[in-house]
Amino acid sequence: MSETVLHVEDLRTSFFTRKGVVKAVDGVSFHVDEGETLGIVGESGCGKTVTGLSILRLLPEPAARIVGGRVLLEGTDLLKLDKRKMRAYRGKAVSMILQDPMTSLNPVYSIGNQIAEAVRLHRNLPESMVRHEVISALKLVKIPSPEMILQQHPFQLSGGMRQRVVGAIAMSCHPRLLIADEPTTALDATIQAQYIALFKEIQQQTNVAIIFITHDFGVVATMCHRVGVMYAGKIVETASTRDIFKSPRHPYTAALIDSVPRLDRKDERLYSIEGQPPSMMNLPRGCRFRPRCTDTCLPVCSEQEPPEVQIGDSHSVACWKVA
Amino acid sequence: MARGERDNGSARRARIMMQVTFIVPVVILALFVLTAIFAPVIAPHLPTKTSMPHRLLPPFFVEGGSTAYLLGTDLVGRDILSRVLYGARISLSVSLLVIFITGAVGTIVGIIAGYMGGTTDTIIMRTTDASLAIPQILIALLLAVTLGPSFKTIVLALSILGWAPYARLIRGEALRLREADFVAQARIIGSSSLRTMIVHIFPNVVNPLIVIATMMVGLVILMEAALSYLGAGIPPTTPSWGGMVSDGRNLIDRAWWISFFPGLAIGLVVLSGNFLGDWIRDKLDPRLRQL
Repeated sequence: MSETVLHVEDLRTSFFTRKGVVKAVDGVSFHVDEGETLGIVGESGCGKTVTGLSILRLLPEPAARIVGGRVLLEGTDLLKLDKRKMRAYRGKAVSMILQDPMTSLNPVYSIGNQIAEAVRLHRNLPESMVRHEVISALKLVKIPSPEMILQQHPFQLSGGMRQRVVGAIAMSCHPRLLIADEPTTALDATIQAQYIALFKEIQQQTNVAIIFITHDFGVVATMCHRVGVMYAGKIVETASTRDIFKSPRHPYTAALIDSVPRLDRKDERLYSIEGQPPSMMNLPRGCRFRPRCTDTCLPVCSEQEPPEVQIGDSHSVACWKVA
Repeated sequence: MARGERDNGSARRARIMMQVTFIVPVVILALFVLTAIFAPVIAPHLPTKTSMPHRLLPPFFVEGGSTAYLLGTDLVGRDILSRVLYGARISLSVSLLVIFITGAVGTIVGIIAGYMGGTTDTIIMRTTDASLAIPQILIALLLAVTLGPSFKTIVLALSILGWAPYARLIRGEALRLREADFVAQARIIGSSSLRTMIVHIFPNVVNPLIVIATMMVGLVILMEAALSYLGAGIPPTTPSWGGMVSDGRNLIDRAWWISFFPGLAIGLVVLSGNFLGDWIRDKLDPRLRQL
């Protein structure tokens, strides 16, 4: 049985704006095990990225604040650490990959310097060892001729290569948990497939736990072991990737999967979910998906929020129809 | 890739141009610095020695000029060449010192304001606005009256408000950079705020900083001139370029050389500064480094 690396319990993050409080993450709980990839899927603005940033405590303060919950990384509550201790965790135990490889490298430093920065910050190594670590990080992400790449600057590399470098930086201190925030969205389809294959391999080598934030079910299917479906700041369904595709229980999950173009069906038009996600400042009473739900709603749906119900080994849903 | 292949005509011309725009201004600035240092050795006359028989002599190449006074003399017969050579001392040291002080203060303040944001930003930027609203001449006159005109006074007077334009420019850059993903990436690998500002923000604001600093060379020399003219700057007996330009103002129709040569010196230094600034900026840009 593999160990649980991260345990998030009832995480709540709010943005305090002039117009009111936006509950971007509204009571999210999940866990990730060693060597496991958890996918977090959902529409834009449903709180996926904020969840990721909350774990690292890198929210744009003071506008955004974590207002409740626990983030346990191998037993340590990250939300209780002071600033300095938190910094020691960032990049060392938990790392993150951002979406856009074109802007996530500093244009003035060489690739070697940028990877070495992470190594120097966290590991007290002599310079010769730093170089060795940098090269092994580049080898881990399968960059051809790493000695040459070291000297180059970000603008000399393609998007796919840059994203590999970002991956090398993230993995340079052997983190236990990697949060990947749509790392393949800015890449084209073939490079995307390579990148995903690369990370599956890295995971097998290093046993790192990965939280993969995406809106692409295709990526979920190839990359993730388990999936959490997020809607308006809440996780509405969690299940193994197999179960999510085979037997989605929440109407939102089912609708999302139906919206994915498929080669084995000859539909005239691609299915899409009617309406817009609710305003996070003014959530509907009861179930937050009710205004867009195509299922026959129960009276209770517009009265109370559905509780999360365990329906299988690792399958839980928040829907009154299931409860 | 073989280097030779890229050596087509336009690339070579660009490289030569880059060398020219580097060598020429460096030589000019070096000459001025050397004359400033060795003024007592090279100057043919004492800059303060008056000679009534030789007043208002034109430069040697104009009819009536004398080779004893190569660039002519002023109203009281002081040698223009010697005064320009000595004037380099004041003008260069004031402008370099002022630019260094204001640039450093403005950059630090600007980066802090832009990166920190919030209340810190508001306080710093309102102070900057206030500083920009106060006329520098007024503050300088006030200081000259209270402290007495001297080298220190003029540096203080020009620095006390001079940091504001830097702060405003750098703050804007820092604000933009704060949102850049590579700054987020720096935080992700555990870089502290202070470290992020120094290591990640600062190198990315060097370009605009150099551009504005080289532009300020001319402005500072001219401000120094204005203050000297008003008697709030360098004491009038000490030659400074600005002071000389204003000395010759009323005689410009009869004795143009009094203002022209110090003006030429100002022009050369300012232009060289700008060219050098451009060159440094290009050098710092890794994209152009391979040329």
